Amino acid sequence: MIEATILIIDDEPPIRRLLDITLSAQHYRVMETGTARDGQIAAAMHPPDLILLDLGLPDEDGQALLLKLREWYSKPIIVLSARNMEEEIVQALDHGANDYLTKPFRTGELLARIRSALRVSRQEENNPVREFGNLRIDLVARQLRRNNELVHLTATEYALLLLLVQNEGRVLTHQFILREIWGAPYSTQSQYLRVYIGQLRKKIENNPNQPVHIITASGVGYRFSGSSL
Amino acid sequence: MQNRSNTTAQFISSIVSVTGVGSVCYLFSDFIGYRSVALILLLTVSLLAMRLRLYPVLLAALLSALIWDFFFIPPRYTFHINSYEDVLMLAMYFIVALLNGVLTARIRFFEKLAREKEAKHQTLELYDTLFDALSHELRTPISTILGASDHLLSEDKNLPDKDRKSLVLEIMHASERLNLLTENLLNMSRLESGFIRPKADWCDLSELIYTVVNRLEDSLSTHRIQVSLPENLPLVKLDFGLTEQVLHNLLINAVKHTPQNSLIRISAHAQQQQCTIEVSDSGNGFADTDLPHIFEKFYRSRNAGPGGVGLGLSIAKGFVEAQGGTITVESLPGTGAYFRISIPAELNYLKPENDD
Repeated sequence: MIEATILIIDDEPPIRRLLDITLSAQHYRVMETGTARDGQIAAAMHPPDLILLDLGLPDEDGQALLLKLREWYSKPIIVLSARNMEEEIVQALDHGANDYLTKPFRTGELLARIRSALRVSRQEENNPVREFGNLRIDLVARQLRRNNELVHLTATEYALLLLLVQNEGRVLTHQFILREIWGAPYSTQSQYLRVYIGQLRKKIENNPNQPVHIITASGVGYRFSGSSL
Repeated sequence: MQNRSNTTAQFISSIVSVTGVGSVCYLFSDFIGYRSVALILLLTVSLLAMRLRLYPVLLAALLSALIWDFFFIPPRYTFHINSYEDVLMLAMYFIVALLNGVLTARIRFFEKLAREKEAKHQTLELYDTLFDALSHELRTPISTILGASDHLLSEDKNLPDKDRKSLVLEIMHASERLNLLTENLLNMSRLESGFIRPKADWCDLSELIYTVVNRLEDSLSTHRIQVSLPENLPLVKLDFGLTEQVLHNLLINAVKHTPQNSLIRISAHAQQQQCTIEVSDSGNGFADTDLPHIFEKFYRSRNAGPGGVGLGLSIAKGFVEAQGGTITVESLPGTGAYFRISIPAELNYLKPENDD
């Protein structure tokens, strides 16, 4: 079994060691660098399947590096940040990060996010039927089945679900979702998003109060998780 | 800037008071002797000296001397003075008025010094308690981590797997404690620096409450959690992150101070531009002597167990007040503590339309 290659760009040796041990134990190939410059070179020489990027690097702002990487690198980038600032996280997501974790994070959580991000980037884009645990979405018939029962979705609900599903594992900011579904003039009208997310959860989650598919990223946005544990 | 406008105000009030009192005396100058006017003006300057700074008082002294001389001392409406007695009076008036101003200013200067010294003393005392509490809160988990990892590294062959695991668990719990403390200290410094600018946005209260409850799943597992929300709860416009942290701190507090398996209730409602979240527990509540102080920084109630430096609740209060809200606590014997957060917020009863 060939596991994916993961590039770690973090200036803290203990964190790199921890990540190295954790990821190697899961049979990922690990490359690690401690500076933005080395990270960029490593990524260009041996393009990895996923990058774990720490935002606080000694030689260059992590956000700037993120922008540079996104000029050519399209596979998942998960941002690690020691500062739990909503603005910084939203900026990283706007700059093309797929997901973020704030330090300290649990390795279990990290591995779940990595799996989810890699799963998506490998997925067959052309498969018209997508399955997530007890959910089955038929993209051609525009139908959702939950536990094999047809679930009626309104046009907006379906559009929202589709957007989330097509960006599985990726944190979508409130603004982004509002622009995509309701259009630019609505990008600050978050009340629509709140109501429709609540509504959608009632239709697709087993327990809408403990959602496993539509995950809240506090103050930032929403993330669709395909696995239903 | 503010200081300068304040000084200008002082000069203006000095001029206005003296000319005002002078005018009133002038109106009655036919009924009162001009020497009584000197005493009235002197009284005015003395009163000003109690309130104003040195230079405005000196101005009042000078101005009142001139007014007295020009309008009252015969011959009136000239600065000329006929009798030597009146010259002496005027000179003495001026000196007394000046002394008045200078002495009062000095007294106030020393009072200020004494106040500053007292404040410094209180700050030092606060720092002492703070450092005591902090060094204890930091050293305990660090000792645990060092001790446990030392033991694990020693490769003691006799150490059963069960103990090995419990040492690792100790390391984990100690780290969590350090993490919580760090979060609290960072949040407190955010509050103290005035760095908090609430960003109100539409929130689904149910989503907010369950996000906190789900995230705290592990910590709350020792207790029973009951969430009761009314149907048709409107959306409320408030800062999701700050409000989340408030609820987080209240729940951590409730878990820490109530016996295992006891019930913690969370409820919320919103009406009339007001959003209310309530957290009540079925513990022993707070002692009457603790109640007025529990939101104070670094205050820890007498019967609080180990752990904590008394920051959680004061951060909760700070985050609620940053949003213009209030937090109150009640405690009745036998019913536990009851926290109530009220935040003024726009409400929205938006319903998803049937769009097909």
